[in-house]
Amino acid sequence: MDWEFFIELGLGGLTRGSIYALIAIGYTMVYGIIELINFAHGEIYMLGAFTGLIVAGVMGVYGFPAFAILLMAIVIAILYCAAYGYTMEKVAYKPLRGAARLSPLISAIGMSLFLQNYIILAQTSDFLPFPTLIPDFEFMEPIAHIFGSTDLVIVAASAVSMAALTVFIKFTKLGKAMRATAQNRKMAMLLGINADRIISTTFIIGSSLAALGGVLISTHSGQLNFMIGFIAGVKAFTAAVLGGIGSIPGAMLGGLFLGLTESYAAGYISSDYEDVFAFSLLVIFLIFRPSGILGKAPVEKV
Amino acid sequence: MQGLKQSIITSLWFMFLTFPIMVVRVNTIENTVEWRWMNLAYVGVGIFILSFVWRWALARKEAKQYETETTDKPKKQLWLSRAMEEPAVAKPALAAIFALSVAMPFLVSTYQTNIFISFLLYVILGLGLNIIVGVAGLLFLGHAAFYAIGAYSYALLNHYFGIGFWVALPLGGILACLGGILLAFPVLRLRGDYLAIVTLGFGEIIRLVLENWSDLTGGPSGISNIDRPGLFGMELSVADANVYIYYIVLALAIITMIAVQRLKNSRIGRALQALREDEIACQAMGIDRVNVKVMAFGLGTAWAGFAGVIFAAKTTFINPASFTFMESAIILSIVVLGGMGSNLGVILGSAFLVLMPEYLRAFSEYRMILFAAAMVLMMVFRPQGLIAPKGRKYHVDDPDLIKEGDA
Amino acid sequence: MTFSGLVKSIVTGLAVTAFCVPAFAADTIKLGVAGAHSGDLASYGLPTVNAAKVVVEKVNAAGGINGKQVELLIQDDQCKPEQATNVATKLVSDGANVVLGHICSGATKAALPIYTEGKLIAMSPSATNPVLTQSGDYPTFFRTIASDDMQARLGVDFAIDKLGAKKIAVIHDKGDYGKGYAEFARKFIEEGGKAEVVLFEGVTPGAPDYSAVVQKIRRSKADVVIYGGYHPEASKLVNQMRKKRIKAKFVSDDGVKDDTFIKVAGKNAEGVYASGPIDVSNLPMYKEAIAAHVKMFGTEPGAFYPAAYAATVAMLTAIERAGSTDYDAVTAKLRSEFVDTPVGKIKFNERGDAEGVGFSMYQVQNGKYVELK
Repeated sequence: MDWEFFIELGLGGLTRGSIYALIAIGYTMVYGIIELINFAHGEIYMLGAFTGLIVAGVMGVYGFPAFAILLMAIVIAILYCAAYGYTMEKVAYKPLRGAARLSPLISAIGMSLFLQNYIILAQTSDFLPFPTLIPDFEFMEPIAHIFGSTDLVIVAASAVSMAALTVFIKFTKLGKAMRATAQNRKMAMLLGINADRIISTTFIIGSSLAALGGVLISTHSGQLNFMIGFIAGVKAFTAAVLGGIGSIPGAMLGGLFLGLTESYAAGYISSDYEDVFAFSLLVIFLIFRPSGILGKAPVEKV
Repeated sequence: MQGLKQSIITSLWFMFLTFPIMVVRVNTIENTVEWRWMNLAYVGVGIFILSFVWRWALARKEAKQYETETTDKPKKQLWLSRAMEEPAVAKPALAAIFALSVAMPFLVSTYQTNIFISFLLYVILGLGLNIIVGVAGLLFLGHAAFYAIGAYSYALLNHYFGIGFWVALPLGGILACLGGILLAFPVLRLRGDYLAIVTLGFGEIIRLVLENWSDLTGGPSGISNIDRPGLFGMELSVADANVYIYYIVLALAIITMIAVQRLKNSRIGRALQALREDEIACQAMGIDRVNVKVMAFGLGTAWAGFAGVIFAAKTTFINPASFTFMESAIILSIVVLGGMGSNLGVILGSAFLVLMPEYLRAFSEYRMILFAAAMVLMMVFRPQGLIAPKGRKYHVDDPDLIKEGDA
Repeated sequence: MTFSGLVKSIVTGLAVTAFCVPAFAADTIKLGVAGAHSGDLASYGLPTVNAAKVVVEKVNAAGGINGKQVELLIQDDQCKPEQATNVATKLVSDGANVVLGHICSGATKAALPIYTEGKLIAMSPSATNPVLTQSGDYPTFFRTIASDDMQARLGVDFAIDKLGAKKIAVIHDKGDYGKGYAEFARKFIEEGGKAEVVLFEGVTPGAPDYSAVVQKIRRSKADVVIYGGYHPEASKLVNQMRKKRIKAKFVSDDGVKDDTFIKVAGKNAEGVYASGPIDVSNLPMYKEAIAAHVKMFGTEPGAFYPAAYAATVAMLTAIERAGSTDYDAVTAKLRSEFVDTPVGKIKFNERGDAEGVGFSMYQVQNGKYVELK
């Protein structure tokens, strides 16, 4: 057993997994409250990356330092993605509340295609380079060959935001209202919770995390195009399902699990079938344990 | 006044929203920024007008809902579906359409025939998917995978064993059907949206395997020089082969239409529709859920297999890039836009999505965005599609039975 | 894309549909131009259209070919095989005499049987798949670019003889072009026996990172990495390799020999090798072709523009020399007589490959690709 290789792959999987987890939270929260697979969530992540790129491009012209650009790019991307998430819910999902089950899902697929083509037409369909905004830290040099500075920033940022989210959901009033709505929307409304507001908040929080992920991964990989959202979205959805959809800690766990699986499968078997492993894992989990690692099996009422 | 204020706010909101993407274009390599302020104005004006239309349409939809809920008046149908109900109109119309489609290859150029082959292929694909999505109500996002199974089974059989088109056509259908059944068994327990994701995953797995298994499938380079169908051993020229394929597709499309129509009114079809409405009630009524669902999958995917074989024979070259998720999404949109469960709808849907972009080639850039917007708008304002499907009506003429029913 | 762009495209769309249909009457030479003019591969197809426009304008201004004006029939196949067959039948039924295209190898393969049937010469500036000329299935096909296996041969020989590679990692992007190149590279290395392939892996375009493959490269202790694919993935791969402190040399193909690669990869691009068409920038005709593009469109031309220019010139010259558009006569001229083009003096062999075009190896030095003699 080559332990060094094992650890290297594990660390690579950790970085990947934390990005998946960031996006997966958006899926899981929306599903928890309105039982909708928000297909367009991956596109929000992509929009976040593009907004980040635009901010970085404009600020780059005026010669701001990389650190300031990174911070600004993240803040503005989060702001805009929250706005996009909010608007998307109002336009494409809210009029459909109470409609047949397939309708919102098809509307979501339409939204996803719309946003992809919006980027193609308004920006470009080519791969664009994303500037390196995270410098190489001095203290990381001894282990830079296995775990670089960007990896550190990504893992740290996702850990911090997830911890913050957990605190928010557990202890704030709004968080409690969200949990109540997820459990039983009608009952929550009877108790004076404004369900529409809760749903909007859910979209805003999910979109913000996706935006953070979008900017961070783009500066890590150095490139982006309109399709990154689709691939990342399907992977993140897989992560959400693996962890048990509707469960926030489940999404985090699922993300890490998927990232590690992909990394080890590519490392020890073959990278040719990297995506096949991810999808097969999804299919297998859905078939044998649809409630995921942490989810509870739904009880169907007749 | 209220509306004006609302529209201005909406318009401003969207101007803010689209500002970075629509206005700014950066080049981080050259360190240049391009500002396209005119776009902001276009968005502002466009959204301002659209918001009026949007509110008007929403209000109309609500009023209609209220009307149907309170007055119990039968819903109005689109003129086309009403016309199709009148036998005096429908029969000559159908006959004319049939005559026109038979004479078609002799009236227009090879190019036009070619486009109509694509159109009819999508009709077949749409009708097949309609069994699964429209009739049985199972959201299925992997139709392209079965299209690929059909295409690749002909391409591979032809490439390695020299098997001809007419042998491969049923084989491709059977293989796709078996694939559908194989997929159906494990996913039966899953509910709507989970099912959608599993079928999406399955579709991607098939495509990725085709792309990476280079030794068998030629990988991303695909398979070329697939034989065109032969007519009693004669070698046809490309133009003649096209006409020949056109007739094959036309025949298959008509067979599909009849088969699907009859299926809908059959025992299985009614069971499927009942299953779509309420699964638990169906089980209580003694419908075998497993059997019926597996049948829906098998029947739906078999048509995709047939269409795939013809596709391979028509293009003579296939590669995995033709069978991406986008392809599944287009077929699904045909079904959804046309009206889930309606055959006439599928034809209109494919005409809209296949013929229109072909004739408006300059629009092809905007095709996808228009079509994505149409998907969302359709779900918001007309979830039943262009042609709302109707169940068959059964008339009871026996006076005794009517009395019994009243009692 | 702006809304005025939408209006423009509606107008052109209507104009195209209105004018393209009755195109039989006039006595002209019809040059079909087929390739991806929209969609995500448009950047490879549009320069070809520009090249055809530049050449045709010049030819027509000088009185045409054999007294006939040249007319362009421009058709978009989006690099999709099913579209390509539609386009090909349209060109045949519109009476095209020769075709410039298609752009992608897959679309070309789908379209060629139709041209073979219609006895129509198709000349591609960019379809590099070896099968197109080597299989003998496509007698009407010609190209003004060298095929992938020549490039792979050059890359492998360079890595082994010049760089002294003993352990080579071969990486590709799972695409048609990249994987084809990589498979040839692997074959040549194994046949040569002087070095071994220690790794053969694919990376997924658009995946968030390539760390697993990068770690495998490290573990394989390869001294040279040969990569088949395009520059977006290559820059990502090189960046991640250098970030993880892997010092193996990087040899790649024409898809990477693009200035964008250097700009994206920045300082990590230094020392990267990539093969590309032999440097012809000193040929007067090349300079003239570029200048004509700048004059007509106001921008520098894009990928494959010189090759497309060369193909147009070669086909029109052959028609002029043959004195007609007869397939056999034109083909004979293409195969027997040299013609001056922006990519050099070329003529075509029996299989349709151009003699006189080839590849040489470039290296990034101080932010520029420099040809290694």
